[in-house]
Amino acid sequence: MDKFIKLRSSAIPLSIENVDTDQIIPARFLKATSRDGFGENLFRDWRYHKDGTPNTEFVMNNNSYSGSILVAGDNFGCGSSREHAAWAIHDYGFKVVVSSFFADIFKGNSLNNGVLPVQVTPAFLEELFTEIKKDANTPIEVDLEAQKITIIANGSSSDFEINPYKKTCMINGYDDIDFLMSNTAVIEEFEKERV
Amino acid sequence: MKKTLFDKVWDAHVVKEIQNGPQILYIDKHLIHEVTSPQAFGELEQRGIPVFRPDQIVATADHNTPTENQHLPVKDALSRNQLEQLTKNCQKNGITLYELGHKYNGIVHVMAPELGITQPGMTMVCGDSHTSTHGAFGTIAFGIGTSQVAQVFASQCLLLQKPKSLRVTVNGKLKAGVLPKDVILYVIAKLGTNAGTGYFCEYAGNVFEEMSMEGRMTVCNMSIEMGARGGMIAPDETTFEYVKGRKFAPKGKEFEEKVAYWKTLPTDDGATFDKEYHFDAEDIEPMITYGTNPGMGIKITENIPTDNNASFEKSLAYMNFEKGQSLIDQKINYVFIGSCTNSRIEDFRVAADYIKGKKKATNVTAWFVPGSQQVAQQIVKEGLKEVFEEAGFQLRQPGCSACLAMNDDKIPEGEYCVSTSNRNFEGRQGQGSRTILASPLVAAATAIEGKIIDITKQLN
Repeated sequence: MDKFIKLRSSAIPLSIENVDTDQIIPARFLKATSRDGFGENLFRDWRYHKDGTPNTEFVMNNNSYSGSILVAGDNFGCGSSREHAAWAIHDYGFKVVVSSFFADIFKGNSLNNGVLPVQVTPAFLEELFTEIKKDANTPIEVDLEAQKITIIANGSSSDFEINPYKKTCMINGYDDIDFLMSNTAVIEEFEKERV
Repeated sequence: MKKTLFDKVWDAHVVKEIQNGPQILYIDKHLIHEVTSPQAFGELEQRGIPVFRPDQIVATADHNTPTENQHLPVKDALSRNQLEQLTKNCQKNGITLYELGHKYNGIVHVMAPELGITQPGMTMVCGDSHTSTHGAFGTIAFGIGTSQVAQVFASQCLLLQKPKSLRVTVNGKLKAGVLPKDVILYVIAKLGTNAGTGYFCEYAGNVFEEMSMEGRMTVCNMSIEMGARGGMIAPDETTFEYVKGRKFAPKGKEFEEKVAYWKTLPTDDGATFDKEYHFDAEDIEPMITYGTNPGMGIKITENIPTDNNASFEKSLAYMNFEKGQSLIDQKINYVFIGSCTNSRIEDFRVAADYIKGKKKATNVTAWFVPGSQQVAQQIVKEGLKEVFEEAGFQLRQPGCSACLAMNDDKIPEGEYCVSTSNRNFEGRQGQGSRTILASPLVAAATAIEGKIIDITKQLN
C-alpha cells in the first residue's frame, strides 16, 4: 500500500450529496478480475454521455480543476461494499477525499488502499467549496501526522479524526493482512478454546 | 453488566484487543461470490499466503449470471471469465462452491439461510453490503471490501472497531397489505440514509417478533440503506423452527444445546443503546420511493415532498418527477420481483395471491426472478408458476438480475421500474433507468395495472 504522510494539492469540487458507489463505479464495470484500470470509468455515467462523449457540464471535465484531492458533498460513498469504488478513485489519481460524512464501508475500503478520507464539519466543507470556486488552483494541505487540513490562501484549517492504528498503517504503508497473520497463534488458541 | 444481543455475539468473537486500536474479531462463516473475490484470491497468491480455513467459506455465483439458459455457456466473455475464475479459485483452495445450475445455487443471502449455513450467534461476512440480511437470525453479519475478503481468507479474522448500538422499535398492529418491505422503507424514509452509519441496529418490538424469517431477512437486508453496517433481530422460536432440519443446521443433541445457547442471546432488560427510535405500526402504509436513494420514500397515497435543496432537485430531475406530485396513476412499463431483499418464497406467494385470476397489463415487461434454485422449485411445487403463467408472466432463473443489472436484465434508459430490490440509485438497474422501490404486493399490482395504483383502496 502507498504511504501517506502529507500532501499539498489543488482540489476537484464535487458538490453533490449522497454520492453512492454505483455512481463512483457502475456495476457493469465490476466484471474485471484485477484491481487495475478502474480510474478510466470513475464516475462514468456523470463524466460521459451514453454515446461516449464527455459531459462538459461535469466538474471532472472542466479543465480549470485538477489535483489529487476530491472534495465531495455529505454522505460520500454510500451503497454497496464494492472496493472497486476505492480502486477507481485511487487509480484516477486521488490521494484524499474530503467530505462532511462518509459511509462506513467506503471509508474502510479507502484506508485499505492508501486513499485518505478526511471528514470535516459541514461549515468547513462549505468554505472549501467557496475557496475552490474563487480560485480553482487554490492549494490545500492535508497533514496526516498533525491530522490537519488547511486552505493555504486564507490559513483556515480544520482538525480531522483517524483511528491511531489506521494512521500508523497509512504513514508506513502497512496493511491489515500482515498484522493479522502475525497473530495466527492467538487465533488458533481462540479456536481451540471455543470448541 | 446488561448486554445487548449485539454485545453478546460480538464479545464472544473477540480474539484480541489492540491497545488504542481495533479488535481482532473472529469470523465463523465467510460467504463469497464471483464479483468481489477474484482480487482477494489474487492478492493471497501474489503474497504466497494459503487460505486459512477453507471449510468456513461457502461460494455461490449470483451477481453476474444470466437468468435465462443457465445450462448454456455464459455469452458475455467478461462474465464467463469471472465465473470461471471463481470455480478455479474454489477448486484450488478446497472451498465449497454452488455454481450456476447447482441445486443449491442462488443469491448468496438467500441460499445461505435456506441451507442452514446462517445460524444465530454467529459472525458472518461477505463482500456484499446486503450481508446484513443474515442478522435476521441474531447473527452479526456485515458486508466487507475485497481487502477484507483477503484478510478473512488469510486469518479467518478482521480488524475492527466495535460499532455503536442503535435500536429501532416498532410496536402495534400492521395494517392489511403492509409488508416487511414497507416497514423498512418507512423506517429509512423517517431516519434517512446515514442515520445508522457507525452503528449496528437491533430491530425490536412485536412487529418484528411476529414476522416470519423471510420478513425479518427483508428488514435486516436494508439496514445498510440507512447506513448501518448490520441489523439484527433477537432469535426466538420462529428462528429455531426455521433453522431446524436444514442441511447444515446442527442436528439432534447438538441442536438442542445450540438452542439453549441461542436463548441466552436476546438483549438483557435494561441494556442501553447509543441511539433509540420508536415507531407505531399503525402509521405505516404501503410505501414507494420517488427519488434516487432509499431514504426518498413516501406512503403510496402521499405526494412527493417540496424540499428546496440542490441534491433533492437533482434527484427529482433524474426521475422526471415534480415536487408535490402524486405517483398514483404513474404509467410503469417495467416490474422486477427479485433480489436479496424480496425473492424468497413468501414474496412470490404474496405476488401470486394478488395476481391469481388477473392478467398482466400489455404495456408491462415483468421479470420474476427467484432468489435460489430451491425457491424456484418451491414456486413450482406450490403451483405459483402456473398462476404467473396464466396471467402472462414468465419466471426467470435465480440470480441478482435487474437489482444491479450486471447481466442482461437491464431496464432501458428513461423507463421506470417498480422493483422489489433495495437501491434506487441513478442507473442502478441500467444506464438512465429510473427505479421505484416497493413491496412485492405493490410490484404485483403495478404489473397487473400497468401503472401505480392506490393499493390501500383494494385492501380496506
